Amino acid sequence: MSPQPHWLVRPKSIRLLWVGGIALLALFVALGAFIHPHATFGVEGSFGFNAWYGFATCAAMVVGAKVLGWVLKRKDDYYEL
Amino acid sequence: MSFDPFALPPGLLLILAALVVAGLKGMVRKALVLLAPLAVLALVWTLPVGELLHVSFLGHTLAPLKVDALGRLFATIFLLMAAGGGLFALNQDRPAEVPAAFVYAGGAVGVALAGDLISLFVFWEIMAIASTLVLWSRDDAASRAAASRYVQVHLLGGVVLLAGIAAQVNATGSVAFAAMKPDSFGTWAILLGFLINAGAPPFSAWLPDAYPTASYSGTVFLSAFTTKTAVYVLIRGFPGAEILIPIGLWMVFYGIVYALLENDMRRILAYSIINQVGFMVTGIGIGSDMALNGAAAHAFTHIIYKALLLMAAGSVLYRTGKTKCTDLGGLFQSMPLTTLCGIVGALAISSFPWTSGFVSKSMVSQAAADSHLAWVWFGLTAASAGVFLHAGIKFPWFVFFQKDSGLRPADPPWNMKAAMVIFAALCIGIGVFPGALYALLPHPVDYQPYTAAHVIEMLQLLGFSGLAFFVLLPLMKRTLTITLDTDWLYRRLGPNVVGKLGAMLATADRAIRGQVMAILTRVLAGIKSTHGRHGLFARDLSSGAMAWTTVAVLGIFLAAFYS
Repeated sequence: MSPQPHWLVRPKSIRLLWVGGIALLALFVALGAFIHPHATFGVEGSFGFNAWYGFATCAAMVVGAKVLGWVLKRKDDYYEL
Repeated sequence: MSFDPFALPPGLLLILAALVVAGLKGMVRKALVLLAPLAVLALVWTLPVGELLHVSFLGHTLAPLKVDALGRLFATIFLLMAAGGGLFALNQDRPAEVPAAFVYAGGAVGVALAGDLISLFVFWEIMAIASTLVLWSRDDAASRAAASRYVQVHLLGGVVLLAGIAAQVNATGSVAFAAMKPDSFGTWAILLGFLINAGAPPFSAWLPDAYPTASYSGTVFLSAFTTKTAVYVLIRGFPGAEILIPIGLWMVFYGIVYALLENDMRRILAYSIINQVGFMVTGIGIGSDMALNGAAAHAFTHIIYKALLLMAAGSVLYRTGKTKCTDLGGLFQSMPLTTLCGIVGALAISSFPWTSGFVSKSMVSQAAADSHLAWVWFGLTAASAGVFLHAGIKFPWFVFFQKDSGLRPADPPWNMKAAMVIFAALCIGIGVFPGALYALLPHPVDYQPYTAAHVIEMLQLLGFSGLAFFVLLPLMKRTLTITLDTDWLYRRLGPNVVGKLGAMLATADRAIRGQVMAILTRVLAGIKSTHGRHGLFARDLSSGAMAWTTVAVLGIFLAAFYS
């Protein structure tokens, strides 16, 4: 019988981590309602700004990297040939 | 006059200690490796502020030892790094690596405490040579080739810097290293020389090309000194030079995008050095006291957490011999301490609250807001999210978690674990008690990083960056690839052009030689036909006949005369 996989990689634990993570994110956003940031430019003080800005810019960077990868990626022995 | 070795620049003392270490073996060597940087550090802190040494050179008075808050801050972190790196590399069996790394660190300390441009240049070049030796000491084909490319870039940078220094000294009559503006050939050349070492575009590629080819411990040393001495000289030499803002922002995003595409764990971290130096360069370009403090503080914290990340990566390489994310994964099960220390480094580089990055990087962002530089602030904030993406999660995720590679390496030997634990403790210690670091900064600090708003904002930014990572994970599947960079110009295009030109020249050469040979052959054949053995002019028949004719004529004449 194969040994039991580490608890962290069992599907049940991973599901739990997702639920816990999303609950934590919701808490961070909710806590945003109780703070009063000193907004220099206006928009960065709006509710949930850092949440959507962080997600949107990261998504843009991942997609941007993917597009650049189509042009610039080569096999990793490229310079050895 | 008696000779006092403690009056020498501390950088030079570390270099002398390195030469002694090179000649030692066994426990004495290990003891000196651990003690030398700390002894020099203690010495630095006994030195008073001011110019402490003067040397006459070519009609100029050099100040190779000048102490002030900024120089002392950088000398301190360089020496701490040498000590921590020495501990991590204590069981390194390549005998040249640690002595070379200490010469390299000594050069960096020398730059930090150089009061004039000529002393600075001398220490700058010592760093270039010693860092090449660190690369070389791994002694395999990849590191030798990378080291030769690396040293050529840095010698070129040195030539540019020296040309700038010569022009600047000629223009001003002074060798003093003070704040400049890029407004003349000399100052532009000096700035360019500094930026080449900072890994600024279009010279970024030397860094991810070279550093990841060093040994498991060599890369830890390499990550610390060259780019951060460049940050130091930019803070002192070009505070508020606006050109540095777009350059820094470019570096920030270049590092993220290239690290996202990269498969080799140490190349991911190499790209993220450029990303982090980008934050510092942007801060120097903003140029306010807050921004310069932020750049200096971030250099300090960055050296610690980047060394920690590369120690974690070095431990994985040491135990598994592998560096590619496609070969790794699941290591948390058998390397718990390395995983934990790697995660602390990853959180610190991501500026997570209660880590060192949070208290340093946020000063640069705050300075951008205070200076009403909206696009800079929005860029830096996006980049902060991007750091979590490319280094904060990507590195630990693909190395220690993701799929199970089946590898079950143990944590590394005690000295490597101790170095990681100490540096991890510094990452958290500085994050929780930033006051000690703030007290070392060049300008008085009027900044409170721990406001409820700032902490919540950062947690939102990083949390949702993490969400983006896991939601978009299918787009980041690791592949056995590299990403072309500007080094393609000198690694592929240049050799191809030279190769093709060479082939064309060879073809032309062959054709011309062939034609000339054909002409020569024809001429020789002609000569042979007239002057050869049976050629018209070479025949002995005519001269023999002539002789016989003459004999006959003379005979007839004789006969006729006497008859």
